[in-house]
Amino acid sequence: MAWFRKPKKPLKSGDRRDLPSDVFVKCEGCGEILYREKLAQNLHVCPACGHHFRVGVADYLRILSDEGSFVETETALRSADPLEFTDLKGYAQRLEAAEKKTGRGDAVVTGRALLEEQPIALAIMDFSFIGGSMGSVVGEKIARVGRLALEEERPLVLVSASGGARMMEGIYSLMQMAKTSAVLARMHEAGIPFISILTHPTTGGVTASFAMLGDANLAEPGALIGFAGPRVIEETIKQELPEGFQRAEFLLTHGMVDRVVDRREMKETVARLIRHMFVHDGPGFARGSPESSALPAAAPGESGKDVRG
Amino acid sequence: MAATPHLEFERDMVEVQEQIDQLLELAEKKGIDVSRELTEMREKLQTLRDETYRNLSPIDQVQVARHPRRPYTKDYIERVFTDFIELHGDRSYRDDAAIVGGWARLDGEPLMLIGHQKGRDMKANLHRNFGMPHPEGYRKALRLMRLAEKFRRPVVTFIDTPGAYPGIGAEKRGQAEAIAMNLREMARLRTPLVSVVIGEGGSGGALALGVTDRILMLEHSIYSVISPEGCAAILWRSADHRDKAAEALKLTSSDLHRLGICDEVIDEPVGGAHTDWDGTSARLRTTLGRHLQELVAMSDDERRKLRWAKYEAMGAWRDR
Repeated sequence: MAWFRKPKKPLKSGDRRDLPSDVFVKCEGCGEILYREKLAQNLHVCPACGHHFRVGVADYLRILSDEGSFVETETALRSADPLEFTDLKGYAQRLEAAEKKTGRGDAVVTGRALLEEQPIALAIMDFSFIGGSMGSVVGEKIARVGRLALEEERPLVLVSASGGARMMEGIYSLMQMAKTSAVLARMHEAGIPFISILTHPTTGGVTASFAMLGDANLAEPGALIGFAGPRVIEETIKQELPEGFQRAEFLLTHGMVDRVVDRREMKETVARLIRHMFVHDGPGFARGSPESSALPAAAPGESGKDVRG
Repeated sequence: MAATPHLEFERDMVEVQEQIDQLLELAEKKGIDVSRELTEMREKLQTLRDETYRNLSPIDQVQVARHPRRPYTKDYIERVFTDFIELHGDRSYRDDAAIVGGWARLDGEPLMLIGHQKGRDMKANLHRNFGMPHPEGYRKALRLMRLAEKFRRPVVTFIDTPGAYPGIGAEKRGQAEAIAMNLREMARLRTPLVSVVIGEGGSGGALALGVTDRILMLEHSIYSVISPEGCAAILWRSADHRDKAAEALKLTSSDLHRLGICDEVIDEPVGGAHTDWDGTSARLRTTLGRHLQELVAMSDDERRKLRWAKYEAMGAWRDR
């Protein structure tokens, strides 16, 4: 029983601006003061500079799926803490705290949805659950939603946001990279489209497995995307990193993503890509046999030039 | 002041070895018979080795896996295989010396051999980048694996890397994509694949050669999602706690076997592979041959289905 109680509202440091933070928010990009409700209506993109605020799973569900169409799968999966890992804190406690904080069992939500009336399999990672790290449950849920995509012949759309592998699950976390990629190998051979959407930040083992394996890799403007984290690189090479390094636009220039897509156009872009790759409503050209491994790797789009942000 | 590099826990052994050497020198110079003393000291050394190597802590295991005298891929190529002909380059950027590969024969049978390559001294390590590949290394490896598939030859990979190289060029040229593509394509290859962790299995850089029908590990090798130093720096906020991290990560060969990731642990001669390169190579050759025999006997479809099932089962979760 505590004798003293913290005041309900935490004290704010003196130099913070005097705005009610539940109504207004300052843009991290341009410093503009934005009306929170307006910002939400704009899908959390600053109307002044185009800065993309980080959004949660629920927001991305609304962004991508037709209203009310999403049905979640595999909500019961939980980590088994196979190594009984303890550092300064027990992994089991970290999991419990993360579940309490996010209301989710682990760092990805999966399910079925409609996207412009097209049935899809959908997975959205939750960065607020232990940094969106990939352990057994994230790997297993992505494997299952991939198999669902295979069985029901639905394109898979996956929104990544992750710090990488979850080291508290040791070698199992590393092997989730192989596991998710193995399911994508089967989808690749079956000709089921996979659209990978990379949001801020996507790094480590998630980038080095499914996130880079899209038939189209789409990145949000300004998103940090890479394998090694910038701090690790700086420590290794003892140099400062160039401006814009590992940002979405940098990856576009270096040929690692197909397009940098404004969040407000994400749904439409994904829908168009899926129609190009997967939907056949005219007599058109005959579709090649699905066994042929010579499927086009990605829909390149007209040009990489109309980048926003 | 030992001439040979050694690990902290090996000091007693090195001392006894030096005494033996001195005794031999003395005996030769003065022409006296020291055979009784010699036998005694050799027995002492053997006992010391047995005891030390039976009780290695996880961080000791990490040290042995990184031992500067431990055999590297090319040392095994000379001793396990014949007729090796190295092939270079990824056909798009450059040749990465941190990964070597080429045709080789095991018991006369042709196969593709690919492995990380560390350097024995500073000059060699600068050339080999300490066994840390750049994207072009993974891409060379994939090119060679596809070549093997084309000619229906099995692939054997040797894993021995601290990890992928965290540098600007590696990121610019897409090391995440290069690793990811290897994972996906190795899962699909229609040819037998066996990987052997011979030293350090460091994270994504290791796994990029590691999606295989069989995963074998030398007894004193390690395989981990992150180095104990890196893990300690993040979770314990100081690399000084690497012994705790090494313990917690469960990265030894026996751990990986128990966790169902490693299919077979290949025992090393007592004292570790670095004390007996030929002995280790002989054991490696026998075990590798047995696994390849089993895999070659399967159809491509059957083998791939088993490979998928193996990887898709990996992990530990509860269905509440």
